[in-house]
Amino acid sequence: MTIRLFFVIGLAMLLLGCSKDQVKEEEPVEVTDLNADSAVDSSEDGAQTFGAEDESSSAFSQLDDPQSPLSVRIIYFEYDSSEIRSDYRSTIEAHSLYLQQNPNTSITLEGHADERGSREYNLALGERRAKTVKQQMLLLGANSSQIRMVSYGEERPASDDHDDASWQQNRRVEILY
Amino acid sequence: MKTFIKLSFIYFLLLPLKTYAVLDIKITQGIEEPIPIAVAIFGWSQASSVAPIDMSQIITADLTRSGRFDVMDVQDLPQSPTEFDAINFSDWRKLGMENIVIGNLVLTKSGNYDVSFRLIDIYRKKQIAGFRIPAKPNLLRRVAHQISDIVFEKLTGIEGAFNTRVAYITVKKENKKKIHALHIADADGYNIKKLVESSEPLLSPSWSYDGKKIAYVSFEGKSSSVFIQDILTGSRTRVSKFEGINSSPNWSPDGAHLALTLSKDGNTEIYIMDLTTKSLKRITKHDGIDTEPVWSPDGQKLVFTSDRSGSPQIYEVVIKNGTPKRLSFEGTYNARPRYSPDGKSITLVHSVGNSYHIAVLNLDNGYISVLTDGPLDESPSYAPNGSMVIYATTGRRGGQLAAISVDGRIKQRLGLHQGDVREPAWGPFLK
Repeated sequence: MTIRLFFVIGLAMLLLGCSKDQVKEEEPVEVTDLNADSAVDSSEDGAQTFGAEDESSSAFSQLDDPQSPLSVRIIYFEYDSSEIRSDYRSTIEAHSLYLQQNPNTSITLEGHADERGSREYNLALGERRAKTVKQQMLLLGANSSQIRMVSYGEERPASDDHDDASWQQNRRVEILY
Repeated sequence: MKTFIKLSFIYFLLLPLKTYAVLDIKITQGIEEPIPIAVAIFGWSQASSVAPIDMSQIITADLTRSGRFDVMDVQDLPQSPTEFDAINFSDWRKLGMENIVIGNLVLTKSGNYDVSFRLIDIYRKKQIAGFRIPAKPNLLRRVAHQISDIVFEKLTGIEGAFNTRVAYITVKKENKKKIHALHIADADGYNIKKLVESSEPLLSPSWSYDGKKIAYVSFEGKSSSVFIQDILTGSRTRVSKFEGINSSPNWSPDGAHLALTLSKDGNTEIYIMDLTTKSLKRITKHDGIDTEPVWSPDGQKLVFTSDRSGSPQIYEVVIKNGTPKRLSFEGTYNARPRYSPDGKSITLVHSVGNSYHIAVLNLDNGYISVLTDGPLDESPSYAPNGSMVIYATTGRRGGQLAAISVDGRIKQRLGLHQGDVREPAWGPFLK
């Protein structure tokens, strides 16, 4: 009985979209049993919801919250540009704040470019993109020792096709925790 | 590595019959009036056995591939003389043939070979060139290329570059992972040797002027380093692993220095490394991108790419004391320069908008002439005789290599059987 009840709560939470606080309330009892017994019934999303039980051992962090601006881990750029578009401001602010609040956490900023033009120039361009992001983060409170940079230029494309859509995806800085 | 050993083994087995080719070179455009020439089948001293190599076939392929010759098919040859006196000149004249190469392959007592050949002008009944070249068994292909070089030079006035090698990078996907490799091959695509293989990117191969070493960039260990590898032994040294970018190695003509791009001091700048002491001399100081340094053939200057003006353009700096001077003014994008062997022009990647072409910048007048159609051409490098530029082009099947003569009249495609090929670097003349 209890088990079924919790399953219903679980599903309800899934539908509501579970923020960190909501998940906390779910913490108590029998979550493990619940998982074991009814995982078969749950959808893929349901399984994700139950995964949040880890939070009771405090492993859950804002980083895993899909609603948080921290969930944005890729910053895209215009052609031959390393200027950060204004729509990424909240993303960078959130990561900077997180780094400030978690001084033992460090990240790697991986700079990338699209395939057009020369490879070595693109390597430098990828680094400049990563560097621009790093400088923003430092201004917003992160510490230099928390941020490592690496540029792969055009050598590690997110998409292997040779068109505008791919190039857009490839001009990026990835924030890796 | 295993496959490589296996491949080399198969290659070895096939060698006496037919050499295994992976880089398939096709001429897609030649000159309008190619020089007619016939290459007779070479004589062979051990008549009871098959010759270890078909010299005439290799020479025929070289000359055909150059786009400057109309080489007669072997089955159309009216005769295959091996001596001057055996040439039936009137038969050849009737066919409109102007030149013939004849030759002999002789097995010596020591187990080596003597290769002799003559290039003959059919109308004047005169020998234009004739040489005898001793060769070890494994160097017979090279001797055939040397013969092609001599024939080419005698008839076109341009030094031949058949006896040379090309380095390039391949990328293939295996179980969703990309495998990067640095190879070298003879200029005709044969004799492929893998020098490095890595799951991380490899780029920017650069030959030493003596052709014995290659410098390159490797991302093994998840960051860039510059390595120098000995081609013969495969041994290598990591010469640069500073914080940030370590890239774009380029050898000084005297072999004692390496120009390279490092970002250890904040952003990409150009440095010269003394290879004996490993000490660095900083050449540029600008907060824009400075990269892709290349030594002038006289060793006095470097050209490089910089976006200090707002877009990538080519700059030149006198190493001793210079302030960078901008060289390219046409186009929105000029990058990845390489000097011609005579130092009078620079080949580069050029764009005026959305399409990237291989072009040549004439250093006398500053004009840029565009050689290729694009849209995604890159990494040009001159043949050591300055007559052709090899480059990478991206098509539907991914990266391929191509070459074009500096006058744009001759075009070649160098196809690989699988995967991407990129960043060709034409090596120096083999000695």
